[in-house]
Amino acid sequence: MNELWFAIILCLSSMGAGLLGALSGLGGGVVIVPLLTIAFHVDIHYAIGASLVSVIATSSGAAAAYVREGFSNIRVGMFLEIATTLGALVGAWLTTKVPTEAIGVVFGMVLLYSAYASVTSRHEEITEKPDPLALRLRLTGDLPTGDGEQHYVAQRVPAGFGLMGLAGALSGLLGIGSGAVKVIAMDQAMRLPFKVSTTTSNFMIGVTAAASAGLYWRSGYMAPSLVLPVMLGVLGGSMIGSRLLVKAHVRTLKLVFALVIVALGVEMIVHSLTGK
Amino acid sequence: MSWNDKRIETWVGAMLQTGVLLAATIVLAGGILYLTQNRGPRADYGHFHGEPQQLTTLSGVMHGVEHFDARCIIMLGLLVLMATPVARVGMCVVGFLFERDKLYVLVSSVVLVILLYSLFFHK
Repeated sequence: MNELWFAIILCLSSMGAGLLGALSGLGGGVVIVPLLTIAFHVDIHYAIGASLVSVIATSSGAAAAYVREGFSNIRVGMFLEIATTLGALVGAWLTTKVPTEAIGVVFGMVLLYSAYASVTSRHEEITEKPDPLALRLRLTGDLPTGDGEQHYVAQRVPAGFGLMGLAGALSGLLGIGSGAVKVIAMDQAMRLPFKVSTTTSNFMIGVTAAASAGLYWRSGYMAPSLVLPVMLGVLGGSMIGSRLLVKAHVRTLKLVFALVIVALGVEMIVHSLTGK
Repeated sequence: MSWNDKRIETWVGAMLQTGVLLAATIVLAGGILYLTQNRGPRADYGHFHGEPQQLTTLSGVMHGVEHFDARCIIMLGLLVLMATPVARVGMCVVGFLFERDKLYVLVSSVVLVILLYSLFFHK
């Protein structure tokens, strides 16, 4: 296969990944690494470098649309980014120390968990006493709803902060946005409204990925000719995906995408354990 | 219009979109140049061997861009892309300064320092 055909096929596959990622809400990053390692036999370090770049591209590219909706919370995002960026540095450092097989197994398990989380229904909102720490840090906001604005205050700030550190570490180790873990931290632990959690998570993903992308770049894990088709493909696919989103049957799509992710997760684990 | 969080976000959202478009344009231009220069068998990505130093330092990349090196032009586009979230945090520092919110000037400065450390000082 020559360089041009390799680039074209890789670009089209990445476009598919970006399209599915945008439609399912899981982001294209989560399938890029399995796609590159399993289908294109790319070394996992190069695959992670390419994936991180596409994660930044989709997050920054979608930002303007999310701002227009008015759900994201800039303070919650910024405060939790301290945890995710520190976590990302630890994760990116671990990548150079941990054997490739271990990265593959952890990746597979995160895929299986993401698939599970994407199809199960979320919690019901429970109002607890306002967290004094949240008030002091001004982790509050107003959610625009049909009938006026609904005021909310973050709960259990330390638990959310800790989970965000974990999300950052996974992002740095695996080159994914770890949107699934970020949403859990904000939605489940901090009890923020679901729309606030998902849109704030999108904002945070780009900053988290940038923290580890720097380390990957300096360590020589970013191959320009490989990142080129992947980044342009994912970006194009996710832009088409977000336009189609209004018309698509989200429930069915989520189920289909979850099955794809389960298959990739099992494949990653088996592939890593048997060393093939 | 007074300074509030919504205004910061709108400002930042527009910057991020511009940054991504600029990065994609540079990467595409470098890519076209790369594919016209390299028609042979594809490079080996199956084994990790690390990229040459020319591609892993800012001065190396800039030097290559001056000589129309396709890989360096692609890398420049990727660096512009990686800089968009950093610029976002930087703009938030300024936005919170205008809001006179000392706590969040501090919080966003911490994030900015972590990002700059990862990009330029860590090795």
